[in-house]
Amino acid sequence: MSMSGARPLNPARWLGVPMLMCIGATMAFAAPIRIWGLQLPEPVFAMVPAFAWAMIRPSIMAPFALLVLGLFLDIFWGGPTGLWGLSLLVAYAMVLILRNAMTGQSRPMMWAWFAGVTAIAMIASFLITMLDSLAMPSLLAVFWQFLVTALLFPFAHRLVDRFEDADVRFR
Amino acid sequence: MRFREGPLGDLKVPLTWTAAVALIVAAVIGVAFLLADRRETLQEQAYGVTRQTVDTVARPVSGAIAAPGRWTGLGLDYVRSYFFTAHENRRLKVELAEMRQWRDRALALQDQNDRFKSLLGLRTDPPIPMASARVVSDSRGPFANTRLADAGSERGIVVGNPVLNERGLVGRVVGVSRGVSRVLLLTDIASRTPVMIDRTNARAILTGDGGPNPKLDYLRGVDPIQQGDRVVTSGDGGVVPRGLPVGAAVKGLDGRWRVVLFADQASIDYVRILLFKDFAQLADEKQLQARSLPPVTTEDPQTSILSNPVSRPVAPTPSPATATPSAAPAARPATTATPPQTGAPR
Repeated sequence: MSMSGARPLNPARWLGVPMLMCIGATMAFAAPIRIWGLQLPEPVFAMVPAFAWAMIRPSIMAPFALLVLGLFLDIFWGGPTGLWGLSLLVAYAMVLILRNAMTGQSRPMMWAWFAGVTAIAMIASFLITMLDSLAMPSLLAVFWQFLVTALLFPFAHRLVDRFEDADVRFR
Repeated sequence: MRFREGPLGDLKVPLTWTAAVALIVAAVIGVAFLLADRRETLQEQAYGVTRQTVDTVARPVSGAIAAPGRWTGLGLDYVRSYFFTAHENRRLKVELAEMRQWRDRALALQDQNDRFKSLLGLRTDPPIPMASARVVSDSRGPFANTRLADAGSERGIVVGNPVLNERGLVGRVVGVSRGVSRVLLLTDIASRTPVMIDRTNARAILTGDGGPNPKLDYLRGVDPIQQGDRVVTSGDGGVVPRGLPVGAAVKGLDGRWRVVLFADQASIDYVRILLFKDFAQLADEKQLQARSLPPVTTEDPQTSILSNPVSRPVAPTPSPATATPSAAPAARPATTATPPQTGAPR
């Protein structure tokens, strides 16, 4: 196979920049602000790269980048270390396995896939928390976080669109 | 020698497989982190250096991010107070009239309480010093509910200190570094707080589940709780002082008793951290453990009587005939003095 069409992606651009943006958005939404007595929602911004990186191409660095992102979430939010790292990796693995089935589908269908993968990550977090704390988290709170995270699909779509054709080997 | 020219130069590994291997390795590292985590123990040692470092870095960054929101809130409060001054004034006058009645009653009760304490010789709790802090970040997901407050070890804050806002208990400190403290909220899934129902003194454990209203577990007693009952800390176990306001009891949709937290009714920007020390921490443990028991004499009665009768201290033993009359008059005044003593407080 000729390597002329292969244009390796710059990791700083497709991994580093989204990581930093996720960290920034997470910190911004953790601000103790109330509007009309209501708190800001707390979406899991890291679900965007977990979905998009697996869609763009298989990579050796992406799982470790996700692990680092998950560890940051755990430490910044004060949760058990490894909770979000594992949950994001489960979501990433699901997308990687189903990648061929997802590619080329319409935007609403991709949104449904994103919501499904987000649900799997939330279920993984739910089960890990149950095992770790020996207590059941509030289902309503889990659903609320799932809902606000599923609304982040446009950002994932933008990231996939930006880098999908950057490396022709993985079209 | 370049890598391509070496013996492994022609080796080609499919990227999908290497990506899968990387994924498995990352997952194994994640599991190792999870198994090594001791967050649920809420001990000082469990809060590692990594968390302390991240908290220290996050404090100024989160503070800067939160500042515009805080300024906007202050501005809106100013505008609102300008336009609603007359309404606010009327409301405050009504509240002041009610509060004056409560003040008189509180003063009377305080006086009565002081007299009872002095009569009974009660040893009251020492006053608790506190440190004020501003909340700079707030995580509120289903799996972690914590806040970062901008006061740390330099203010004397230690792990376990209870945290309040102006309405009630917020949580307790689970991690401290210089200039910043991590507060575990009552709603966190790892939070367990001993509480009691103010009306019935029934004990329970307030258990967080990531939702806004924590559950009341292990509620004891017959009909111990009603809708709207005030819930306060019980002080059991010495985790938090007794009597801190927590919330009001409500029946949840799942049929369990839950608590609507008083702390949620107020703004969350400023908190007070009580530098509370449990009795066990205040007491001198060495002094408590030092026992001065009387010496145990295990001498052989045969030896002490036959071989060395002089060295044995022998008290004059009265005969039964003389002992009974002398003991009876001594006991009589004590029994006759009892009724006036028991009747005295009445």
